[in-house]
Amino acid sequence: MTLYGFRIPKFAALFFWIVVWEIVGQFELMLLFPPFTEVLAAMTDVVTTPSFVEAARITAYCYLVGLSLAVVAGIGLGLLMGLVPAADKLLNMWVNIFLSAPLSALVPVIMILFGMGEPTVIVTVFMFAVWIIALDTRAGVQHVSPSLKEMAFSFGASRVQRLKIVLLSALPEILAGIRLGVIRGVKGVVIGQLLVSIIGVGALFSLYSQNFLMGHFWALILILFAFALSLAELIGRLEQKVEYYAGARG
Amino acid sequence: MNAIAHTPASSAGTTATPVDLPIVKTEGIHKVYGGTVQALKDINLEFKRGEMTSLLGPSGCGKTTLLKIIAGLLKPTAGEVRVNGKPVTGPGPERAFVFQDFALMPWATVLRNAAFGLEQQGVARAEREERARHYVEEVGLAGFEDKYPHELSGGMRQRVGLARALAVDADVLLMDEPFSAVDEQTRRKFQEDLIRLREVENKTFIIVTHSIEEAVYLSDRIVLLSPRPGRVAQVLDPDINRTGDPDAIRRAPEYLDLTDDIWRGLREYVE
Repeated sequence: MTLYGFRIPKFAALFFWIVVWEIVGQFELMLLFPPFTEVLAAMTDVVTTPSFVEAARITAYCYLVGLSLAVVAGIGLGLLMGLVPAADKLLNMWVNIFLSAPLSALVPVIMILFGMGEPTVIVTVFMFAVWIIALDTRAGVQHVSPSLKEMAFSFGASRVQRLKIVLLSALPEILAGIRLGVIRGVKGVVIGQLLVSIIGVGALFSLYSQNFLMGHFWALILILFAFALSLAELIGRLEQKVEYYAGARG
Repeated sequence: MNAIAHTPASSAGTTATPVDLPIVKTEGIHKVYGGTVQALKDINLEFKRGEMTSLLGPSGCGKTTLLKIIAGLLKPTAGEVRVNGKPVTGPGPERAFVFQDFALMPWATVLRNAAFGLEQQGVARAEREERARHYVEEVGLAGFEDKYPHELSGGMRQRVGLARALAVDADVLLMDEPFSAVDEQTRRKFQEDLIRLREVENKTFIIVTHSIEEAVYLSDRIVLLSPRPGRVAQVLDPDINRTGDPDAIRRAPEYLDLTDDIWRGLREYVE
């Protein structure tokens, strides 16, 4: 965007809203919105507490385990659906249902099955992330150029080699799926902990809100937002590296 | 129907002598798609070693289907293909395919793409790269070995496809409309290079094309296919001297006459 001939960088919008937040906060209109500077001050407070370090550890652990499982299972499922029409017919409807279903409603069921601890959070992350990865992988596999598959076959490539070519060809779609899975996984890790509410950031959120520590509350939310965005950005960078695929595939 | 007589696979002067036995032979090839669409009907052809044959015909005549059956990528509904006397059951190292849309791996360099066939055959890295390098140079891409397909023009990509097919040292090169996805100037240059390449590489070429000029310009033999169902309408053996200036071919009376003749024959299939 340009204003009076000056180019305005994108993050200027962020600044604008922070300033609005600060002004609204300074008027002390609502208990819910402390000024932004107060949130920043609370942030250092939050980050240095041992309970935050523990919450961060649990969050990172559950997130990474859940997401890794989702990536492996999602790519496997997508590959199966993309390559075997019968499997696709059998699974496609269910994957789509799970993708659009309000999964938060399922968390209590997961809790009954897996208890009030980390396994529930891991399963929640998995359930949030896996379906979009599966569907994007499926789309990628189905769009692999038929002539590339024929090429591999005609030059005597083995089954394993041919599968590798399919996977590499579908990489742009798979990465797009992983990027969306990464973002959904953050939702999963937060919602899972909120509903379990006795471990990790879930415990912190209930602690802060029950004691009306709104500065701390918002600080924690900002940290989680930053976490999700930087992860998505990281995958986005990876995606750009394989963008040239699309041009060379035709 | 008077211009194209329904002649059998050989016309005057092309009967195989014991010296030049056919390298590829199709016997009674039928291909039916989905139980109803007859793509090919009773194709009996012989392709002689070291010759360049064009499969020419309007779209829908099954020429690509026939080429893929010879390649072993498709199974005929009936009939048999023999290469060097052995029946074809699938792709084999004595045949190499050049694809219409190049079919290059976008994540691999020119050199790795050209070495793909050798890699699948289990040739050691150093040796396969040396051989691939040789053919990359031979198709005129020296200096582009480490580039990726998206950095090349369409014509250059097809040269990589050609290098890959040459590198496996197959006896038969099967080319599916290799020049249809490149622009006219590139196509002409490519055709000239192909004539030169034929003199260096002693290979049998089977080219699918829908361009009459291209077929006449390049081939020792032209198989005309008629559509719905695909049948051999006529086999022609252009007698054109291709040794001198490549441009001279396009002005030769034989070239011009034959192009005209074929067009008159094919005209009735084009609505």
